[in-house]
Amino acid sequence: MLERVKEIIEEQLNIEDVEITEETRFKEDLDADSLDLFELVDAFQEEYGVEIPPEDLEQITTVGAIIKYLQDKGVDA
Amino acid sequence: MLTGKVALVTGAGRGIGREIALTLAKNGATVIVNYNGSKESAEEVAAEIRRNGGSAEAMQCNVSDFASSEELVKEVLAKYKKVDILVNNAGVTRDNLIMRMSEEDYDAVLDTNLKGAFNMIRHLSRSFIKQRSGKIINISSVSGVLGNAGQSNYSASKAGLIGLTKSVAREFASRGINVNAVAPGFIDTDMTRNMTEDAKKALNSMIPMGKMGSTKNIADLVLFLAGEHSDYITGQVICVDGGMCI
Repeated sequence: MLERVKEIIEEQLNIEDVEITEETRFKEDLDADSLDLFELVDAFQEEYGVEIPPEDLEQITTVGAIIKYLQDKGVDA
Repeated sequence: MLTGKVALVTGAGRGIGREIALTLAKNGATVIVNYNGSKESAEEVAAEIRRNGGSAEAMQCNVSDFASSEELVKEVLAKYKKVDILVNNAGVTRDNLIMRMSEEDYDAVLDTNLKGAFNMIRHLSRSFIKQRSGKIINISSVSGVLGNAGQSNYSASKAGLIGLTKSVAREFASRGINVNAVAPGFIDTDMTRNMTEDAKKALNSMIPMGKMGSTKNIADLVLFLAGEHSDYITGQVICVDGGMCI
């Protein structure tokens, strides 16, 4: 799952050759602003068919957090 | 200049909106001529554009309604795939001194003029952000800049549009989307044409240039703000008013 999540992040944030691990933080490490985060969430919603309400955004600060969030919502790892 | 671009102009059946629709179409844009009540005149605007070799379609929507404007946006995106230029022009007046103004008259004006613009921007924001380009032009008014006795509802809505313009401009700037406001002064339309000669004289004395503007004066600025010549301009309020706001 990490691989596909990484691809989506790279595509949305238009970055490449940046090391992305589960500990990577969107804002601090990848320089994502709040619009980027909304777009990322949109992309994850589309890819995995889960709804991510705006109030849940606060807890999704790292790559690991989004993976865990998706798994908690029943997405297969 | 705007070939391949899709423009959505609200309240485009009459007056300033009509001229904006015709001007954008003349410069190559495909234009969605939105109307609420003026079906016949909006169809006529679209027909005139097509007669002149352009591309246009009239679409009904009450933009003050959140759900209806979402439907309009969905329909336009399904059919035309994108919107490059959004002109929030739909506006109404219910003039009265505040001592006599009803709650209904206040709400009606705010709902169409201010919330209508919010609704359209809100529903198109995802599409604009994704395409990383776009031009949003809100039609404000000198009433919103200077205030105007007898128009507290109208000027509040038009001043509100200025705040909306500046905030959204800041939110969207990093995505290549320009958001600007145009503030027309007194423009020769049906509304002002019905005024008495005395009233017109009094009005003209307030305008440094001494005359009313034309709808073309407004449409020409909108054309500039819709095209690439304004790519580095965002969050601005430009008065087209013969000098009233100096």
